Amino acid sequence: MAIVAHTSKSSRFGRPVLAWIVGLLFFFPIFWLVLTSFKTDADAVKPEFLIWFTPTLENYLNMTDNYDYWRFAQNSVITSVLATVFTLAVGIPSAYAMAFNPTRATKDILMWMLSTKMLPAAAVLYPMTFLAKSLGLFDTHFLIVLVLSLINLPIVVWMLFTYFKEIPKDIIEAGKMDGVNTWGEIREILIPLAWGGIASTALLCFIFCWNEAYWTVRLTTIDAATLSKLIEGNRAPEGLFFGRLSAVSTAAIAPIVVLGWFCQKQLVQGLTFGAVK
Amino acid sequence: MGRIVLENTTKSFGDVQVIPPLNLTIEDGEFAVFVGPSGCGKSTLLRMIAGLEDLTSGKIVIDDKDVTEVPPAQRGLAMVFQSYALYPHMTVRKNIGFPLRMEKMSQSEIDAKVDAAAKSLNLVDYLDRKPGQLSGGQRQRVAIGRAIVRDPSAFLFDEPLSNLDAALRVGMRLEISEMHQRMKTTMIYVTHDQVEAMTMADKIVVLQAGVIEQVGSPLDLYHKPRNIFVAGFIGSPKMNIFSGEEAAKFDAHSVGIRPEHLDVSTEGGIWKGTVGVAEHLGSDTFIHVHDTGLGDMFTVRISGDIAVTHGDTIYLTPHEGRMHRFDAQGMRIE
Ligand SMILES: Nc1ncnc2c1ncn2[C@@H]1O[C@H](COP(=O)(O)OP(=O)(O)O)[C@@H](O)[C@H]1O
Ligand SMILES: [Mg+2]
Repeated sequence: MAIVAHTSKSSRFGRPVLAWIVGLLFFFPIFWLVLTSFKTDADAVKPEFLIWFTPTLENYLNMTDNYDYWRFAQNSVITSVLATVFTLAVGIPSAYAMAFNPTRATKDILMWMLSTKMLPAAAVLYPMTFLAKSLGLFDTHFLIVLVLSLINLPIVVWMLFTYFKEIPKDIIEAGKMDGVNTWGEIREILIPLAWGGIASTALLCFIFCWNEAYWTVRLTTIDAATLSKLIEGNRAPEGLFFGRLSAVSTAAIAPIVVLGWFCQKQLVQGLTFGAVK
Repeated sequence: MGRIVLENTTKSFGDVQVIPPLNLTIEDGEFAVFVGPSGCGKSTLLRMIAGLEDLTSGKIVIDDKDVTEVPPAQRGLAMVFQSYALYPHMTVRKNIGFPLRMEKMSQSEIDAKVDAAAKSLNLVDYLDRKPGQLSGGQRQRVAIGRAIVRDPSAFLFDEPLSNLDAALRVGMRLEISEMHQRMKTTMIYVTHDQVEAMTMADKIVVLQAGVIEQVGSPLDLYHKPRNIFVAGFIGSPKMNIFSGEEAAKFDAHSVGIRPEHLDVSTEGGIWKGTVGVAEHLGSDTFIHVHDTGLGDMFTVRISGDIAVTHGDTIYLTPHEGRMHRFDAQGMRIE
């Protein structure tokens, strides 16, 4: 009895406290970033832990003066949305096939797909850049959409596969008896039944695309440059304008933070692969 | 029409042959029941007929047309699954009408057919509900409705009643039997329950490990089981079977006698035993008898009531001509 009481007590109080600590730890850089974005450049570089300062909107007002924020933002939206749509368009049929018509190789293919995520991106930096340039695709939306799609496809297929696996096979077979063809099965049965899982997957995929920096920074200059590129570009050339950099960064992450806030439930479900209902 | 013929069909999963070469004909309008212990391949066989499972070899002919390579929907068969397999995101109306919509039938025609089916299945009040809001019995009806509207040449049922409670099961059993009487459409019904098989079937197919042990009418199987397996499987309570010296007296390796074919006396008879338990059901009395010298416990079924209790000594005498004799291979000796 005593032991039971003890564990339930510690989990009732211990876990939330731990969760708060971890949460604050992760939140702190964002908090600091937002705080800095309201400081003058002079305040921003002061070494001490400066919380009380006179806030200024100057960084935000200047931001659109010096940089074409909206253009970068537009590129981010275009590439992330298209990549997400494309990834799902390929991922849904793939995951469907693997979940409902598995072969001996299905498990291996899934493992192989995941293993591609373990390859260091830097290893293919040169071939990718070379290919992009020689095909004349460097700094194009097409290239960025393609790259974002390819790097997210494995995780998307995995997630969808896990969701589809939860749909009883009988229902799909009932569909076959009722005269549905493969596309009909996907459209009439699979998608409506796995809608929550597909939405979570799409959301996560979109966020990954939006946050992607390694390739978007290296494979673009101007035309297809995303917000990641904007942040990256703000670092060196004009010196250490921390206030302004923070404002740009805040503006770059704001859409995703807001989106994440409103879709918390879907995100948690997506990240736990549907294990939490 | 719905005459279904299996010719040398086999099925293997990997290296495991679940169905060895099998031949079977189901006549048009027949109610055929596949019965056998769990895992014997009943569902696999049914799914092969449905087209949900490819054959490893052999062929399936429906109404003189080889359908071995024909996809499920084009075989003209409708299936009712054990889990009902309703579409959870659609209303009852949409569920029942779904196969018709897939046939591109006009909406007014679909509505008419769905309404007719709903009426015959007492589902009219539930047409706008989702399957999740229905009881097990209602879901079962929806699954049947979805099969009926297609006007199939044969119905396939895979243990459709096993998820229902006992009372409902008897009711649905009668409804399905009546449906068959009314429609006269071929039905193939899979169950592990020999009572369902006996009460519903025109033709029972007894399976064990993918092999057909016997095909026949319920009474054929009851009166003339082809081997010990069928003898023990069909009939409730189970047939009493003994072998050894006592069986040798009847020129057999094993002898079987059904519980209802034994007379009980407190004075005398062929075999003597002690009452273990006497179950008084009013209409019948089941007496479980020990120490008969015939191996296992004997079960006796007496019509009406008889005053015996635990520990009583009783004598058993088999009815004339009711004994089943089997040879060393377990096959029936005539
Ligand atoms: N998809 C499958 N893969 C491998 N083995 C299977 C598969 N389906 C069925 N089996 C095996 O085939 C045998 C018969 O199964 P089944 O037809 O479901 O039996 P029943 O319906 O009579 O209980 C069982 O031993 C089962 O394990
Ligand atoms: Mg089965």
